[in-house]
Amino acid sequence: MSLSDKDKAAVKALWSKIGKSADAIGNDALSRMIVVYPQTKTYFSHWPDVTPGSPHIKAHGKKVMGGIALAVSKIDDLKAGLSDLSEQHAYKLRVDPANFKILNHCILVVISTMFPKDFTPEAHVSLDKFLSGVALALAERYR
Amino acid sequence: MVEWTDFERATIKDIFSKLEYDVVGPATLARCLVVYPWTQRYFGKFGNLYNAAAIAENAMVSKHGTTILHGLDRAVKNMDDIKNTYAELSVLHSEKLHVDPDNFQLLADCLTIVVAGRFGNTFTGEVQAAFQKFLSVVVSSLGRQYH
Repeated sequence: MSLSDKDKAAVKALWSKIGKSADAIGNDALSRMIVVYPQTKTYFSHWPDVTPGSPHIKAHGKKVMGGIALAVSKIDDLKAGLSDLSEQHAYKLRVDPANFKILNHCILVVISTMFPKDFTPEAHVSLDKFLSGVALALAERYR
Repeated sequence: MVEWTDFERATIKDIFSKLEYDVVGPATLARCLVVYPWTQRYFGKFGNLYNAAAIAENAMVSKHGTTILHGLDRAVKNMDDIKNTYAELSVLHSEKLHVDPDNFQLLADCLTIVVAGRFGNTFTGEVQAAFQKFLSVVVSSLGRQYH
């Protein structure tokens, strides 16, 4: 299910509208994730405060969305573009790749709440494909 | 048996009392057919599903979307026994409709996203958790009678 030219255009168009809210999206998505999927908190046991909207969550949401922004800029070759991030996730963070799907779903829900008119079914399918591609690229170096 | 908190019960009843069934139902099914196009395999008799616009305007899709959403009413009214409430529907989906139960989760995800779009920031993380828990019980019950 690789990205067509139409998908790439749709993702870039959507990103141009939502990109400036990236920090808020990241914070909301991560905050939702730890509430809706509490098992994901196991990856943040080293933080004193793993509650929605905490400084750690805010900062981490910003970091994650920075990664998404990078992925948008490297949309023509996600595997190469995200290679360093993949190495980090594979050898250092060792996040089970099933969680990428979970976070992706939360990102989609947040975008739907914040941009209901822009998040049409066409935008949704392209963004879902893109985020799946990002997840795949992040898992590339795992084994 | 599934344990529901007071918050979860209240949240589910609140969401469904505020839903515009004939907007959310069609929007959800249409979104599912666009985002997960392989689900179109079950709607061969629905006519033109050629692109997103056609799907959005398709009267059979709209009608069926509304029907599906009203199908959830039974679960809302019987939250303490969703499994048995949907036993017959589960058999129907297995033996007559031959729907791969994985599709139930795809539709549930689309419903979550459509509801999120309608409720905006009142669809908080806690509300989402309750809603998704409800849907996962529905999904599980619908797949229960498959053999």
